[in-house]
Amino acid sequence: MIDFAVSAGFAIIALALVLNLYRLLRGPTRGDRILALDTMLINAIALIVLYGIYERSTFYFEASLLLAMVGFVGTVAYTKFLLRGDIVE
Amino acid sequence: MSTLAVQIADFLIAALILVGAGFALVGSWGLVRLPSLMTRLHGPTKATTLGVGGVLIASMIFWPVHEGRYTLHELLITIFLFIAAPITANMIGKAHLHRQGNYIDPNPADDIREGLPERDRWATFTTDES
Repeated sequence: MIDFAVSAGFAIIALALVLNLYRLLRGPTRGDRILALDTMLINAIALIVLYGIYERSTFYFEASLLLAMVGFVGTVAYTKFLLRGDIVE
Repeated sequence: MSTLAVQIADFLIAALILVGAGFALVGSWGLVRLPSLMTRLHGPTKATTLGVGGVLIASMIFWPVHEGRYTLHELLITIFLFIAAPITANMIGKAHLHRQGNYIDPNPADDIREGLPERDRWATFTTDES
């Protein structure tokens, strides 16, 4: 039952990633692209955790934790650049 | 652990994974479907964060039941995501407000068309762009 749920979860989250990719390519503003990239990161974290369950391996938690932290810093850097024209002032 | 308890836990894990993935899909669908950036912010910040939370809770139940080890990584990821999501949404909304100038972008839900206040009265806008 878990394997079926994990497979279905893979499919659903892959579909969500495709929808995010549409918004990332379409735009129309830069804020939309930043938001789409941030959402893609969150979905990728869910995908990695599901893959960890699928493989019965705990190695993937570090990857997802790192992705969460780096993604947050990256998004804040993008918006800061849009706001101020510079990241570190 | 008895077989019935494992079966109940399995059912719970499968349901949490499906519900979480469904919420992530709803958030991404909102990102595609909604009319303007300010409304598009709602989908990812609420639904997608909740969806990832569901998947992480499923993982948190899975490891003690099936592999016999307890992990706290999921809790760490959940706390970090739930702290980061509102800050990200706030930053994107603020950048959007400052970049769009004195016009509110069209939103069919409410028919607001009047302009925003002058830029130099905004506390956070201090660059000399003009």
